[in-house]
Amino acid sequence: MIPHSGPVLEAATTGGSLLVLALVVPLVGVLLAFAAGGRQVERIALATMPLGLAIAVAIAVVMGQTRAPLVYLLGAWAPPLGVALRADGLSAVMMAITALVICAIGVFAHADFRTPAGSLEARAPFAFWILLLAIWGALNTVFLAGDLFTLYVALELVTFAAVPLVCLDGRAETLQAALRYLLFALLGSVLYLVGTVLLYGAYGTLDIVLLSRRVHPDAATLVAAALMTVGLLAKTAVFPLHLWLPPAHAGAPAAGSAVLSALVVKASFFIVVRLWFDVMPGLPGFTAAQLLAGLGGAAIAFGSIVALRQERLKLLIAYSTLAQIGYLFLMFPLAFNAGSAQLESGGALTGGLLQTISHATAKAAMFMAAGLIYAGLGHDRITGLGGVARALPLSVLAFAAGGVALVGVPPSGAYLAKELLLQAAGETEQWWWAAVIQAGGIFTAGYLVLVLAHAFAPADEPVTLQVRVPWTREAAALALALCSLVLGLAPWEAYLPASRAAPSGPLVLKAFAAAFWPIVGGAVLAVLLGRWGKRLACAPAGFLVATAGPLRRAADVVGRIIERADGTLRQWPAAGLSLLVLAILFGAAMLPAR
Amino acid sequence: MSAATIFGLCAAAAVGLGLYGLITNPQPLRKILAFNLLGSGVFLVFGVVARRGAASGFGGDPVPQALVITGIVVAFSATALAVALLLRLFQATGSATLRAEAPPRTGSDATAA
Repeated sequence: MIPHSGPVLEAATTGGSLLVLALVVPLVGVLLAFAAGGRQVERIALATMPLGLAIAVAIAVVMGQTRAPLVYLLGAWAPPLGVALRADGLSAVMMAITALVICAIGVFAHADFRTPAGSLEARAPFAFWILLLAIWGALNTVFLAGDLFTLYVALELVTFAAVPLVCLDGRAETLQAALRYLLFALLGSVLYLVGTVLLYGAYGTLDIVLLSRRVHPDAATLVAAALMTVGLLAKTAVFPLHLWLPPAHAGAPAAGSAVLSALVVKASFFIVVRLWFDVMPGLPGFTAAQLLAGLGGAAIAFGSIVALRQERLKLLIAYSTLAQIGYLFLMFPLAFNAGSAQLESGGALTGGLLQTISHATAKAAMFMAAGLIYAGLGHDRITGLGGVARALPLSVLAFAAGGVALVGVPPSGAYLAKELLLQAAGETEQWWWAAVIQAGGIFTAGYLVLVLAHAFAPADEPVTLQVRVPWTREAAALALALCSLVLGLAPWEAYLPASRAAPSGPLVLKAFAAAFWPIVGGAVLAVLLGRWGKRLACAPAGFLVATAGPLRRAADVVGRIIERADGTLRQWPAAGLSLLVLAILFGAAMLPAR
Repeated sequence: MSAATIFGLCAAAAVGLGLYGLITNPQPLRKILAFNLLGSGVFLVFGVVARRGAASGFGGDPVPQALVITGIVVAFSATALAVALLLRLFQATGSATLRAEAPPRTGSDATAA
């Protein structure tokens, strides 16, 4: 997306100081909150949020007018001597969505993380608000950094702020999940760092634009590219490097899970995109792109099947994140242009990025809704969800809207993304990825149907809510889900390459057509693979479940095998070995490109 | 064999030992130590790369040295965070292993560290 030539990238542009503000404002918030402490922490955080949102919007507006990247040179030193901050269309879109999600999470978390009356300072609120602002600042750094080393530091900052969010409640199992997450993430970032130093040794610069002009396929570059890619994949929790994700995302408090799943994994994904599309578009070649998307396809099948077999709602959503992350990697082979042997920033990249932001908004909404259901019922067992649709209609609606948006119903962002990816698959004649894309939609519909069938089932006894759920919290979740549903209507062509106009014609008919087959397929999957309580026996779903008996037993065997494989892959030695094997495979796959 | 080669081989050995330890050791404290060994190996590579500048008459290229200082700070903070988590874990459970994770389901999902 960053143009590879032209003087504009080596000089500061007007509006460049906005980029500095985007970094400085959340971090100043962190420092102020840290110094002030006590009750001031949440006030400072809540005051910072509209400010940060305004800055992100301002950057998007300026870029929409100038249609050119914004650049700021730190200390007015041009690269390679100095360090530049650059915002292209991808950065602007990611920053705007990040600001939106963080603000919604702020509204949602306000009730959970309030310093109780009578105490001067409580540990969890103090940590939560500071960490939330720190994650925001670090994410903005990831989106704006103009060189690979700044990206490394930003990536580490994201991890350091995200890990404590996992164990905010201090229970032993969340502490273990956090420690696991930290150690595996450190392994990933060390591999990234090795790649960085090798690139510096070969080319004498780490600036993205300068590197993209100099990079050529020699041995050191190939090793660097393979190590950096695999390191980032470990941090993104791509199958089979996902050992840390399910316990970390399921164990964190609801607001924390929303941040981790919606935003934190996107940071390392964004760096993979930067690396493959901006730094070395000609290096990976056909085979490596197929390998990367192959991991994504495996993640979709594997994550979805394990998700459907979970007993707890939060774990189901955590495993579905695993599948959705896999979906994001499908864009790499579709962006490969066989003529120029390069990854091209076109429709496929736009589709992948739209899927990224749709997932960010929808998944945050779904985790928030699950958190509210957990708080309301006092548990989140899927088979015990009966009657919750009557007790917490707005939360269930938010969950459903987020799920429907992810299935790809127009005018959602995921629908537009799916259209663009399918179009790219057609143009590059890679029909197998079109099949995987469709399967991804069906699996997503599968867990949506499973959860909603339970939520709408009648309860044995009237549901009594454990706590009163304030409407502002439900509204925050619902707003994000609705936002994901209408993302396809936004004017993306100003920011993303080869974007298309919003779908025209009778929208209701189109929505029905787009949703029908995935939801039918999803229902079949849910009936075959899901867990069904005895209570549903009289409902139509119960009838289906009973009729599908023999098939369900066969599906159960498959499910068990996959679950056992998941258990094995999530052990340290297996994950570590997969990491090394993948590094070698990526190196070998990039060799033919020489 | 030039000095740069010797340093490079030492760095490779440290990285290899660190990787081995990080992947195979079940104890978190040993994993943290292995991570530090791995990090030291990588920092040594930075030092080797800094010799690039020597060809043009400088004593060394200053940029990798600046990068390595930042890298050390990051590795130090990471170690501090990991040790703090480990101490909390020890206080909470009385043991410092990752053996029993937050169990999604007992049985098939039981995972060792």
